[in-house]
Amino acid sequence: SLVKGLEDKSEFELDFWRDATEVDTPVDVRVPFFSLQSVKMYLESQGIEYSTIIEDLQVMLDMEQEEMDSAARVAEPRNTDNFDFSRYHTINEIYSFQDMLVAENPNLVSKLVIGQSYQGRPLNVLKRSTVLSHFSHSNRPAIWIDTGIHSREWVTQASGTWFAKKIVTDYGRDPALTAILNKMDIFLEIVTNPDGFYFTHNNNRMWRKTRSPNPGSNCVGVDPNRNWDAGFGGAGASGNPCSETYRGPRAHSESEVRSIVDFVKSHGNFKAFVSIHAYSQMLLYPYGYTNTPVKDQAELHALAKKAITDLASLYGTRYRYGSIINTIYQASGGTIDWTYNQGIKYSYTFELRDTGRYGFILPANQIIPTARETWLALMTIMDHTFKNPY
Amino acid sequence: MGFGIIVFLAVIIGVLGSPGVTSRPEAAASADVSAHPNSVPETPEIFGQEKVLVLEEVEEDVMMTGELNPNQYPAQRAAKVVQHYLNTCYGSPYRVIGLNRVHSGNAQDVTDSGRKFQLEISVQDFISNKTEKCSAEVFFPSGGQQRSPQVHASCEELPKINTQAQEEALYQKYKTNQSRLSAELPDSFGHIDPDMEPLWHLGTVASSFIMLNESTENTLYNMAQVANITQLATENEQLKFDYHILLHEMVSQEIIHWKLLFTWSPPAGVKVLQMEQLPHSHHHEPLNTR
Repeated sequence: SLVKGLEDKSEFELDFWRDATEVDTPVDVRVPFFSLQSVKMYLESQGIEYSTIIEDLQVMLDMEQEEMDSAARVAEPRNTDNFDFSRYHTINEIYSFQDMLVAENPNLVSKLVIGQSYQGRPLNVLKRSTVLSHFSHSNRPAIWIDTGIHSREWVTQASGTWFAKKIVTDYGRDPALTAILNKMDIFLEIVTNPDGFYFTHNNNRMWRKTRSPNPGSNCVGVDPNRNWDAGFGGAGASGNPCSETYRGPRAHSESEVRSIVDFVKSHGNFKAFVSIHAYSQMLLYPYGYTNTPVKDQAELHALAKKAITDLASLYGTRYRYGSIINTIYQASGGTIDWTYNQGIKYSYTFELRDTGRYGFILPANQIIPTARETWLALMTIMDHTFKNPY
Repeated sequence: MGFGIIVFLAVIIGVLGSPGVTSRPEAAASADVSAHPNSVPETPEIFGQEKVLVLEEVEEDVMMTGELNPNQYPAQRAAKVVQHYLNTCYGSPYRVIGLNRVHSGNAQDVTDSGRKFQLEISVQDFISNKTEKCSAEVFFPSGGQQRSPQVHASCEELPKINTQAQEEALYQKYKTNQSRLSAELPDSFGHIDPDMEPLWHLGTVASSFIMLNESTENTLYNMAQVANITQLATENEQLKFDYHILLHEMVSQEIIHWKLLFTWSPPAGVKVLQMEQLPHSHHHEPLNTR
């Protein structure tokens, strides 16, 4: 009742955080500064014991705000050295990373926008070159790497981000990579299917295709790895828009695919083309659409073997290898079948970790190990390409 | 660091193997050597070498009958079926079996009846990490009707490892559980709460009944995700669950939704009561009126 008396003293402007309900339970009160002395005097005069649990509330609030601000800063790194490669990132975070990388390495990296996705997102390609100029294309022999063409394969975009940083870091430190970059350019498209990627973050984690609508159907999207002009229309892809392997209305109908086709053709000097997928732990070479072996099968097979041996050296991860059609399944309209037929001999597809235990939803703690081991295989392929000009 | 890389590449060049040819015991052995080189040559000899690859004859076509190439898909798909079978027999919240490797395989047509695969494989218990070898036979019946494959398998050591105490503890924990279980296992980022792992494993085991039933020579199934778990009242001393699971079928690349009603207890293992395939929902897709 004595404490109730305190409540009645409205001139104190007290804010009761915990009210008086029973005898013997404490009451918590926030006291404005101007009332402090009066309240203390009142409590003492009534014989009510009190103790200060928070000396200055504002200080505590300020500290909390500071903590929240710095946490927000960590979520948005200021530079690529603070980028957390061991986490999965959103499309905006990856795009910011790309811009930061370019800004930090203006003499080595530039960003090319080779087109737009169906929904208008930029198709960004990072160009690594020791000869960057303001002219459109230096015609040095080049290597292409793409990740994320199938949006649900998150470990690929995550690895691509790691590769982007790795190339920059190792130039000037690793003799093999330095030798390659001194004579060749490396092009890396990390988010090859940005509309799909956005959809996996915001709607359906298992989305694979593009997000272009299909006239006359409820079903959205085309499989971008069945949309290339290689065996297009044949067995190994579906004509049903609702299918995950829908080939699309015609070859290169998808802007995500067309942009790469146009870029590669106008560049004219790609020597290796690597398209990265997940999962299954495989390294594959053409063809997917036909049983006919490629002319260079013996060499591609031997190089694949070497590459997966190097990959396994790091953590013992076992990969299988061979042509697409023999190793995994028949697939028509695939990326590397087209690139090989364009004359890009070293055309490979990776299927990264794992073999089905987690599948598409690979735990984030496997991102860096996956990227590191895959990098060894990529280096083997790039090194061989460099040493065997054609 | 750079020198280390150069030396390493030299090791690869010197190693022989025969990956593309039908498997023979010595081929398997040399494949092992090439996978895990453990000797470093004195003098690296990379630069200046024109031909750094050892070229060998490569199998051109997929081998479908007779001695199989263990790295090609026919043996791999059949081996995956053995994995599903083993999980239906031996799987539990603390034992989940995965296909590790196919060592050799053989396929034969059985006239008017189907195809029979004989396989030598290695499997791995994901939880204890132990691997063991198994010999298995998979028979895929032919004919219009979708019929499940029949599997026989004998493995070196299964079942073993005492998971009894853990299973009992899990059983007791959920026997009187009142709280709702809402779970997406794993979540989008691959994360699973350690306390929920046994229920994720249980999902894999229960899914194996579906995956075994649905498998053919033209499919390869994995469980992609547990979308939701509902625990129902314990019945006849068995924990009872209703799971919504997502399967991934590799050849079609489809994600297939299934509802699965099953029971589990340490002595009885997993018993499936009902399996129901759910339709692929397009509810969230905008109706295209063009």
